[in-house]
Amino acid sequence: MSALWLAVGFWLAAWALNVLLAGSFLARTRAGRALVPLLFGVAVLVLWEGLVRGLNVAPVILPAPSVIAAKIGAELPVLWQDFAQTILKGAIPGFVIGAGAAFVTAIAIDRSPFLQRGLLPIGNFVAALPIVGLAPILVMWFGFDWQSKAAVVVVMVFFPILVNIVAGLQSSERMQRDLMATWGASYWQTLWKLRLPAAMPFIFNGLKIASTLALIGAIVAEFFGSPVYGMGFRISTEVGRLGLDMVWATIAVAALAGSVFYGLITLIERWVTFWHPSQRH
Amino acid sequence: MNATTPVIEAKGLNLVFQTADGPVQALKDVNLTINQGDFVSFIGPSGCGKTTFLRAIAALEHPTSGTLTVNGMSPDEARRRRAYGYVFQAAGLYPWRTISGNIKLPLEIMGFSKAEQEERTARVLELVELKGFGKKFPWQLSGGMQQRASIARALAFDADILLMDEPFGALDEIVRDRLNEEVLKLWARTGKTIGFVTHSIPEAVYLSTKIVVMSPRPGRIADVIDSPLPKERPLDIRDSREFIEIAHRVREGLRAGHHED
Repeated sequence: MSALWLAVGFWLAAWALNVLLAGSFLARTRAGRALVPLLFGVAVLVLWEGLVRGLNVAPVILPAPSVIAAKIGAELPVLWQDFAQTILKGAIPGFVIGAGAAFVTAIAIDRSPFLQRGLLPIGNFVAALPIVGLAPILVMWFGFDWQSKAAVVVVMVFFPILVNIVAGLQSSERMQRDLMATWGASYWQTLWKLRLPAAMPFIFNGLKIASTLALIGAIVAEFFGSPVYGMGFRISTEVGRLGLDMVWATIAVAALAGSVFYGLITLIERWVTFWHPSQRH
Repeated sequence: MNATTPVIEAKGLNLVFQTADGPVQALKDVNLTINQGDFVSFIGPSGCGKTTFLRAIAALEHPTSGTLTVNGMSPDEARRRRAYGYVFQAAGLYPWRTISGNIKLPLEIMGFSKAEQEERTARVLELVELKGFGKKFPWQLSGGMQQRASIARALAFDADILLMDEPFGALDEIVRDRLNEEVLKLWARTGKTIGFVTHSIPEAVYLSTKIVVMSPRPGRIADVIDSPLPKERPLDIRDSREFIEIAHRVREGLRAGHHED
């Protein structure tokens, strides 16, 4: 029981320290602002550890953070292999191909009102298909390896990106398009120099939504057939063997990978759309 | 540079918009000749077709009947030959480009060389007194400075005709006076033909060699006044007797247009 009280004590002490920090001059410095959430995260982990140890929670229900960390340390090569298979080969190529296809389709739709009426409803229809129905079919078509996972990701990310690019291309102001006309600009000049830059805030919204979908798609698709590695395969088999510490370790890797992926897109967005009111500081 | 060479000629011009509430006659039987080097103001209440006429010259609207020529060509042809710079009510600068980048945009589209882009940008920035602001972004400048940058952009490719649609409508009186003076200086220096849409009687009288008074429903020309004011115009010319007489005639023209409603 003493572990529990120690953890609760640490939690209260960290809380008090954070209140102090937030009110002090440190809150105005960069380090101070980073310290507060960091301390909060550590306090959550310590409380979690204390609760699990103090109340003797079964590892199948909830393993302690130290156990998960030890598992990550011990199984690093396996986790890396899973990560390479699911994220590097499944999610990212699928994301890139899906985004590229959405871009080409958006331009085609923009050039032809006929396609606008035809392709958007089809895209909408495909996006409405449940992934648990789609994934087994694509595994049958493209095999057990990463190609079928990338295909699932393509289907999942295509529509949100497409809708955002199409909306973004409509977002330039009439006056700005009139200006282009008075200068005798061609369709492609107007597209590159006005409409695409104006569409960037929309496009990045689409990419950010799609980045989380890509991760979910790549992991869940492995439930329907995969080689004997990959994050989705690891989660489904370790659950069957009651190896919950390994499941949690894989989830930790997935959460980290997802955050880094999302963070990268946000960084690029800040660099590309620095001019947009939402990015100006 | 013959002062009587016609640049813009409209004969029996009609323009009808098809709207959800039925057809709207925006321009009815408009006849007007604008000569090389004229400064022409279009004044009238909203709905009188002054903006529509300017947009028709720029081939942004297409007349339903009648003829309209710019430099002896159709407006569409003239647009493709980059015959005019257009300044809109708002500056319409692209926020992702610096002031210099915005001024270079039409030059890039028209295929000027890099060196010439730099040279022209520097020249027009000086012309509108924005030297040193080229590296700023539009949202870092005041409204008046943004509008000056948009004028610089319209001047950069040296079109003979400058079309301005209420360019200073959103600015306060003091900034407006100063920019009016600058536009006059610019006109004197460059000898361009200028078409200028405005709501303001003093602005129209102060700037123009020719004032076109228009009235609404249907949009038509009520009066064309050739100004006897000299080319050199200090701000206090607005207290002179000639100025007040022309302003009076413009006001009469506007009132006559309203009585017919």
